[in-house]
Amino acid sequence: MIELENVAYSYGGGELLSEISVKLAPGSFHFLTGPSGAGKTTFMKLCYGALLPTAGHVRLFDQDVRLMDRDDIAFNRRRIGVVHQDCQFLDHLPVHENIALPLSVSGRDSLDEQANLKELVTWVGLKSRAGALPPELSGGERQRAALARAVIMSPDVVLADEPTGNVDWEMSQRLLQLLIELNRMGKTILIATHDLNLIRAAKSQVQARVLRIANRRVQLAGADL
Amino acid sequence: MKLLSRFSTIFVGDVQADRVVPPTGFTANLTIFSAAAMGFLAVFALALSLAAGRLADRWSNELARSSTLRISAPADQIDTQIAAALRVLETTPGVATARALSDDEQRALLEPFFGPDLPLETLPIPQLIEINETAQGYDPTGLRLRLAAEVPGAVLDDHTRWRKPLVRAASRLRLLGWTAFLLIGGAMAAMITLAAQSALAANTQVISVLRLVGAQDSYIAGAFVRRFTLRGFTGAAIGMVAGVIAVSLLPAAQDEGGFLTGLGFHGAHWLWPLLIPMIGGIVAFAATRAAARRKLKELP
Repeated sequence: MIELENVAYSYGGGELLSEISVKLAPGSFHFLTGPSGAGKTTFMKLCYGALLPTAGHVRLFDQDVRLMDRDDIAFNRRRIGVVHQDCQFLDHLPVHENIALPLSVSGRDSLDEQANLKELVTWVGLKSRAGALPPELSGGERQRAALARAVIMSPDVVLADEPTGNVDWEMSQRLLQLLIELNRMGKTILIATHDLNLIRAAKSQVQARVLRIANRRVQLAGADL
Repeated sequence: MKLLSRFSTIFVGDVQADRVVPPTGFTANLTIFSAAAMGFLAVFALALSLAAGRLADRWSNELARSSTLRISAPADQIDTQIAAALRVLETTPGVATARALSDDEQRALLEPFFGPDLPLETLPIPQLIEINETAQGYDPTGLRLRLAAEVPGAVLDDHTRWRKPLVRAASRLRLLGWTAFLLIGGAMAAMITLAAQSALAANTQVISVLRLVGAQDSYIAGAFVRRFTLRGFTGAAIGMVAGVIAVSLLPAAQDEGGFLTGLGFHGAHWLWPLLIPMIGGIVAFAATRAAARRKLKELP
């Protein structure tokens, strides 16, 4: 589904990631952890084609990103839902339009899709806030809206970069439950986080692999997690 | 054809695609104002070009098919030389008609310089013969040689030395008008390019979000292109209407006023300014499209 083979990424003369080989199989659940600045966000960006590796190969759905043109990358992103730590909304559009944005850009604005949108907004608990503008939302509401936007196209993969970074424990548990529910629907999940408690909470409910970035390399974390 | 189809979708539009770019009231009004100013100036450049074209055609046509033979001779020989000249002209290929001007006609020609009641018969005024050519025209060199042999006092003036500089001046004026028109179009393209680049730079966050959710470059560019094309079209249309009203208020063409009073549009030429909003829209479309494509390639 998403495969990184001997990937390295350099920026500004320094190597941020090196010799990374990871395969996200369909339906798998992964955590990516490591200290701040270790390269978690860079790794995530490599996984959805926002960055190109300086060495090695990144394959999205069996296609090498280097061989894709910009349109191919755009089409592949519709199969990968991304939740950013800072959420990234269009602040002038209400929440429900932000959630529906992937449908709009792909020309899927049918009545069925609109019905799905209403269901999804209810699923993430934002029914009463659907008409609000993103700056009016709390941190947890923003994360849930970002998650709803990430999954509205029913993507094969969901990548979440520090989705619980700005929310309290109760809200992070709620977000985690939503991601676990998606995984049970067959979606591949990758969550970048430095919150070990979140990882432990997830491991008690779902079979998850934990990847740790240290010294520019990604390793499978041990049983200590 | 593909480009034309894309241009036509600008007016049909995609409401949702329009909404992804935040509204910008002040800069939008500036763009429309600049396009309106360009449209207004374009109307005058067009009027100048068309008026100069009409003038060049008129001067060219009025002088091209006629010439004048001037006969200076002692009073007792003038009638003989007129008759000889008319005989030569009648047998010259390319001459349609030739006739000697009457005293009244010659007096009318001199009246602007000497006033009425000119005693023409007491003055040594040469006799003028008006020559009208056929479509093929005559050979002026051959005619001059024949006249030199048979009518020694005759001087042929085929108006070339008058006509050529006048026609050249009018043609240059027409060229100047079209050059001004092209420069206005270029200035508008530059202005729209700067405005579009500024809008794209101010909306990098919007572009980043759209890319994150899988928008293709054509979708992102389309949102900006449609917005600026409509601004260019609307502004140019407003300027065009104002320009046409201003041109219609110019004084009507009069002989006394010469060229300056004939600057407006005549007949079907009034339809030409309708092209200005279309050209404004096309220029804005092309300029924004190029700017958007360039900017989107630069952005990661």
